[in-house]
Amino acid sequence: MAVVYEKTKMLTDKPLHYCPGCTHGIIHRLVAEAIDELGVQDKAIGVAPVGCAVFAYDYFNCDMMEAAHGRAPAVATGCKRVNPNNVVFTYQGDGDLASIGAAEITHAATRGENITVIFVNNAIYGMTGGQMAPTTLPGQVTTTSPYGRDPNHCGYPIRVSEMLATLDGPAYIARVSVHDVKHIMEAKKAIKKAFQMQIEGKGFALVEVLSSCPTNWGMTPQEALKWLQENMIPQYPLGVKKEVE
Amino acid sequence: MGQKMLMKGNEAIAEAAIQAGCRFFFGYPITPQNQIPEYMSKRLPKVEGGCFLQAESEVAAINMVYGAAGAGARVMTSSSSPGISLKQEGISYIVGAELPCVIVNMVRGGPGLGSIQPAQSDYYQSTRGGGHGDYRMLVLAPSSVQEAVELTQKAFDLADKYRNPVLIMGDGLIGQMMEPVEMPEYVKPELPEKTWAATGWKPGCGRDRAIINSLYIDPNVLEQHNRKLFAKYAVMEQEECRWQEEMTDDADYVIVAYGTTARIARSAMRKLRENGIKVGLIRPITLWPFPNAPIQKAAEHAKAFLTVEMSMGQMVDDVRLAVNGKKPVEFYGRTGGIVPTVREIVEQIENMAKEAK
Ligand SMILES: Cc1ncc(C[n+]2csc(CCOP(=O)(O)OP(=O)(O)O)c2C)c(N)n1
Ligand code: SF4
Ligand SMILES: [Mg+2]
Repeated sequence: MAVVYEKTKMLTDKPLHYCPGCTHGIIHRLVAEAIDELGVQDKAIGVAPVGCAVFAYDYFNCDMMEAAHGRAPAVATGCKRVNPNNVVFTYQGDGDLASIGAAEITHAATRGENITVIFVNNAIYGMTGGQMAPTTLPGQVTTTSPYGRDPNHCGYPIRVSEMLATLDGPAYIARVSVHDVKHIMEAKKAIKKAFQMQIEGKGFALVEVLSSCPTNWGMTPQEALKWLQENMIPQYPLGVKKEVE
Repeated sequence: MGQKMLMKGNEAIAEAAIQAGCRFFFGYPITPQNQIPEYMSKRLPKVEGGCFLQAESEVAAINMVYGAAGAGARVMTSSSSPGISLKQEGISYIVGAELPCVIVNMVRGGPGLGSIQPAQSDYYQSTRGGGHGDYRMLVLAPSSVQEAVELTQKAFDLADKYRNPVLIMGDGLIGQMMEPVEMPEYVKPELPEKTWAATGWKPGCGRDRAIINSLYIDPNVLEQHNRKLFAKYAVMEQEECRWQEEMTDDADYVIVAYGTTARIARSAMRKLRENGIKVGLIRPITLWPFPNAPIQKAAEHAKAFLTVEMSMGQMVDDVRLAVNGKKPVEFYGRTGGIVPTVREIVEQIENMAKEAK
């Protein structure tokens, strides 16, 4: 019998703890497939964030480190500098990367640190119960912006990919989404490319993945995907923001 | 090697680290320790496999240390008080994940931005953990440049032996002072292989997947983990306690002081002996574990103790715990970057002797 579909060996057998319909699981799968297809499982070292993906070290089937909140790019820097042949990646949420870890990601990017960053933007602090994130949309209701995010009071959402693309250091920066199959395929291509860049020694590569949080957005999984498409993509345009030859 | 050189404390520590196999240094500028990163930035790129990186903050630096230590390297960072405060989160994670590393604190006056002058007011922070959670670090306090060199090399071995960070606690004076030093030939002791390090894994490669981590979400497992850490600390208390005693055998008055302050206390002791007052000195070299034994021994015969510190009185608590009410324990301290003088210490002891009469 021909095998049409099988589990990637880059994911362990541990059942994912994510909420039903959460797209963190899809993004895990894409990262795992990319590493698997590039044949670098034995070189891969992942750095897990503090956020819903905190247990990523139980899922990615390679050596892993768990970083303090926001510090994954610094941890990855230390690790990569020691063993430049390792393929080092971070997997970070928007609170982790764009708020508490804004300095670490910016400086890793500007140093052109030869690592791959998977940035999961779900416009909310998932793990702590749905508080406002630096990426929360204007007007979006969260548990700490109960009247909707008011930019006059707490500022505007950060477009991380565009901001980092202004720097000379990064080699590849792209924003993708996982709200439908077509976009999932494109996301996979971008993620694979971001690992490829590292393997070729081209430098810092980041893929921002727009992701849903049905639980804290208070929606069904389908409603959440629709909300992502209709509200997040206009705020966070998809596409490659920077790519060096 | 083996020949005497005139070196600043900070530079001597940096060179000693390189001699001990430290190949990675991550730091951020702050006075009075800048000569450590500066020296490393000059030397490490010339050493095979060496890497110096100026981090964007002390927070980033200590997390780079976490990543490098997790990958199995000998790694160091250095800072001074405000920067060490910023590193505390990372230190706590390093302890939790059981990673070895060496951290240097050239203590300056506080609180806040304080001053850039020498101080010893980070004693509590250093010996009680400093960051969140229940933990300990080995804390080594050199009182000369030569000793700083020897303790730096020892620090890397101890860190690897216990898989725990080791803190070298100096002060602005130890860092800035120039003294003749002899760089000892570093001989690496027998140490367990770092089979736990994250260096790349595949099924059947002969070890389990490395997970460098301090998260233990199950309370029972976390308690187990904390008990394991404390079992290590118990061994450290048994085996790693270091101190120097001078003229304590017949002493009526025993001064307890460390680092720069111990040097001044030694001069005061000599002066007082000339004046006919029997004074001894106990100099803790490890601030944690604290040398209770020599203090308890001295408490049998001494009339009183005087703890001298460049703080408002921190180590004096440990001295009092050791003496346990048997004898009076007085305190003399200067702060703000002011170093106590020989004359001040002599006067303190003379007053104690007068009161006793
Ligand atoms: C220093 C520190 N501050 C705060 C927290 C609490 N905390 C845990 S996860 C989190 C936010 C995570 O949000 P995000 O990075 O967007 O990830 P998500 O859960 O949405 O995937 C916060 C604030 C922490 N663990 N450490
Ligand atoms: S809280 Fe949100 S981001 Fe976290 S697992 Fe649930 S749906 Fe996903
Ligand atoms: Mg989030």
